Amino acid sequence: MSTDTDTRATPVEQPAPDRRRRRDAPGLSLRELLRFCWTQLTAMRTALTLLFLAALAAIPGSLFPQRSVSPGQVRTFLAEQPFWGPVLDALRLFDVYTSPWFSAIYLLLLVSLIGCITPRTIAYAKAVRAQPVATPRRLSRLPAYLSVRTRDPQGALDRAETWLRAKHFRIRRDGDSISAERGYLREAGNLVFHVSLVIMLLGIAAGVLYGYRGTAVVPEGRGFSNNLTQYDDISSGAMFTDRDLTPFTVLADQLDVRFETGPHAFGAPREFTLHARYTEGGPLESATIQVNHPLQLSDGTQVHLLAHGYAPQITVRDGNGQVAWSGPVVFVPEDGNFNSTGVIKVPDARPERLAFEGRLLPTAVVDERGTRSAFPDAENPVLFLTAYAGAPKAESGVPENVYTLDKTGMRQLTRAQEIQLTPGSSYQLPDGGSVSFDGLQRWTRLQVSHTPAMGVTLVGTGLAVLGLCLSLFIRPRRLWVRVPAVGAGGDPVIEVAGLDRADARSGLDIDVEDLAIAAADLDRAAPGNGPDPADTETPSRVTGDRAEES
Amino acid sequence: MNIYGEYSMLAMVTAGVIYMLAVLIHAAEWASARGTRVKVRPARTRSAMLAGAVVARGAGTDAADPEPAEPAADTGPTVPEPTHKELLRTEKLGRIGLAITTVGVACHAVGVILRGVAAGRAPWGNMYEFTTTSLLVLMLAYLVVAYRFGMRWLGLLAVLVGTIGLGVAVTVFYVDVAALVPALHSAWFLFHVPLAAIGGAAMNLGAIASILYLVRKRAEEKGTVRGYLAKLPDSARLDRLAYRLNAFAFPLWTIVIAAGAIWAQYAWGRYWNWDPKETFSLVTWAIYAIYLHARATAGWKGTRATIISLVGVVSFWWNFVGVNLFIQGLHSYAK
Ligand code: HEM
Repeated sequence: MSTDTDTRATPVEQPAPDRRRRRDAPGLSLRELLRFCWTQLTAMRTALTLLFLAALAAIPGSLFPQRSVSPGQVRTFLAEQPFWGPVLDALRLFDVYTSPWFSAIYLLLLVSLIGCITPRTIAYAKAVRAQPVATPRRLSRLPAYLSVRTRDPQGALDRAETWLRAKHFRIRRDGDSISAERGYLREAGNLVFHVSLVIMLLGIAAGVLYGYRGTAVVPEGRGFSNNLTQYDDISSGAMFTDRDLTPFTVLADQLDVRFETGPHAFGAPREFTLHARYTEGGPLESATIQVNHPLQLSDGTQVHLLAHGYAPQITVRDGNGQVAWSGPVVFVPEDGNFNSTGVIKVPDARPERLAFEGRLLPTAVVDERGTRSAFPDAENPVLFLTAYAGAPKAESGVPENVYTLDKTGMRQLTRAQEIQLTPGSSYQLPDGGSVSFDGLQRWTRLQVSHTPAMGVTLVGTGLAVLGLCLSLFIRPRRLWVRVPAVGAGGDPVIEVAGLDRADARSGLDIDVEDLAIAAADLDRAAPGNGPDPADTETPSRVTGDRAEES
Repeated sequence: MNIYGEYSMLAMVTAGVIYMLAVLIHAAEWASARGTRVKVRPARTRSAMLAGAVVARGAGTDAADPEPAEPAADTGPTVPEPTHKELLRTEKLGRIGLAITTVGVACHAVGVILRGVAAGRAPWGNMYEFTTTSLLVLMLAYLVVAYRFGMRWLGLLAVLVGTIGLGVAVTVFYVDVAALVPALHSAWFLFHVPLAAIGGAAMNLGAIASILYLVRKRAEEKGTVRGYLAKLPDSARLDRLAYRLNAFAFPLWTIVIAAGAIWAQYAWGRYWNWDPKETFSLVTWAIYAIYLHARATAGWKGTRATIISLVGVVSFWWNFVGVNLFIQGLHSYAK
């Protein structure tokens, strides 16, 4: 615990411990050195510095493209900046949030946090059970102090006690004085908040270490089963193993997509709904997956709809008249109007293998800007293909990119985009065989993700907010009343004093005054219960005060 | 554009013009207070009954005064010199400014509501709508503290923020009414945005109080609190008000980030993506946490802590405007 906070929690009479005290470095034993490091690390000033560094360190991640978010932009950056690119890369500025320096800061912060909470929790556990501190001898030295005459000194402490109890003060009465304290929950709230931060960080760490997230493209009518081979890409935490993949299967039955047809934001996406069925081992159940409405499996695994596009249904007959390919082919959209490109590979066609490069326009128009798609929905789909043929190739086993065509060993059969197909039409290839465009389907890119301990993180966050509110809005306060025998003028006098234990609180004077009025029984004693002079001040002042006491 | 959209725009522009007028009047109010000086007022007594019985009093300083050593602490609350003709004029100008602002806020509210009617949904689907709605919350918050807590002295700067903000929204951010993109169809989004607007309003009012605190504190240290500054609460009180507003904003901002994270979990299957918008709201949050820590650390109280809170509000604005305009992220509504 820091000395800074110590001073805040103790009554002002005690001198603050001297923070500038130096220990002579040469004489330090290892034990002392460790102790010194620990004290430094858990000091409030260090927390301040580390928080500041953490805030600062997070910034470059939003100024430079990050590999985890936009790998493409990072590649472009590196290509365009042959000097600065590698320098920034060496500084890990494209992977800020996984960089050693970022990790170092938050780990230090975590240690500092734990080192800070532990002693404070122990101190608090003692303080909660303890009685309020004894009444200081010289009340007049406290920040708020009042002594008033009273006609009934005997009843003063009783009246004070009644007043304090009504205000939920904890009370210690010894002989001629009362010491009262309120607002214990503030420190509790503060501790809960800091502990919750630790809980949150642990939850987040568990999620990162044991979680995974992968994507797969699934055409309508096809399915996805959760095993590694079915993923297009997958990223997972250090502690993840294949066994953490929950077994389930999703069938992508139909994707409904709606686009804006009104004059504003024409063509903007308005709705995607995937009608699907899924099973976790039991019978098939139906589900709809939408943006913001993932499919939620029983163990918390989520299936999200990330993207979609077109998959023309293609049948290719080879030179021998055999069906060498039949099925949907995934085309990749290149812009908001879904001008899409794709590759049809038919390695099994004989006597020669066949391949096609294609361009799909869901709503084809021809205008001064050329032939293009003018709307993202499939209003007038046209498929342009360029055919290639080549000698059969031995199965190499090396996975190929399905979206690009390696043309080595192949010759072009038709002129570029000579083949023009609409759904239901087909084209005879020059060397025999045919290609037909049977119909247009859509595909979806599904994301499967599992983040363990999300509940822990969420509960941690909730507790943090709760603790924060207690910590910020509860005002701890100490009040004292003493009944000395006789005052200066011969009248009985009582003393009232107060001390606030938190930053920037107000209304202490008023509490002290009210307590004095109650204890001295001035309510009855005072001759004229006239209006409060404070109420007759200029309007802005009075209301200004009220703002602070509310 | 449908007819409601047109009326909405008309109301927004009208509100902007009215705000501008209010700024001019508040500026005149400040100018008219040139002659005001600080006068020390005798210690306040709680009531007449107490006055008769008091034998002795403590120094009368507030226990929570962040820097008891500062000279102004002993002077206590200040009032302007009484019954000066100029004073009356200042007061009158202030009231007129507030009244005009109220009319402007009404217009502004009509604009926001009509925008919602025109779109058939909550009016916070894009940058224009988010800005106008947030500014409305800011102006409403200002009216609340001005009428209820007598904090009309925030007027000049608060309405200035309203004027500039609305002006920029209408001229730079404006887009026609359109339906929401699917990513924004989320209850968490509906929860996230108004809380962000309320938290932002508190931070901004807090920042205005902080600026006035810094100015007034300097004047107090030089021993010359003159002009409109003398009409402000003393620096200790300004500091406290700024703290209150920031302390109100901080838990809200925490909830805003949490709600955003939950929404992200639904939208992208990942509650934290380190996208620029998220990153900067976390940075803003951290800066306010630093501010709260700084207040509790000896040597950082007062001016230094206040400057940290101002850095926080700059970070808030950068997140609100800068990130949207200059950095591309997942938050598609930024466009
Ligand atoms: C992840 C890092 C941390 C965050 C986000 C954080 C946040 C906060 C916040 C928001 C408050 C304000 C609550 C209030 O004013 O009552 C606070 C108070 C406090 N923090 Fe932290 N904190 C962090 C780490 C630490 C560490 C490492 C220490 C130990 C040195 C620490 C010690 C304290 C203390 C003593 C207070 C009470 C101040 C007071 O009485 O006003 N905090 N913290």
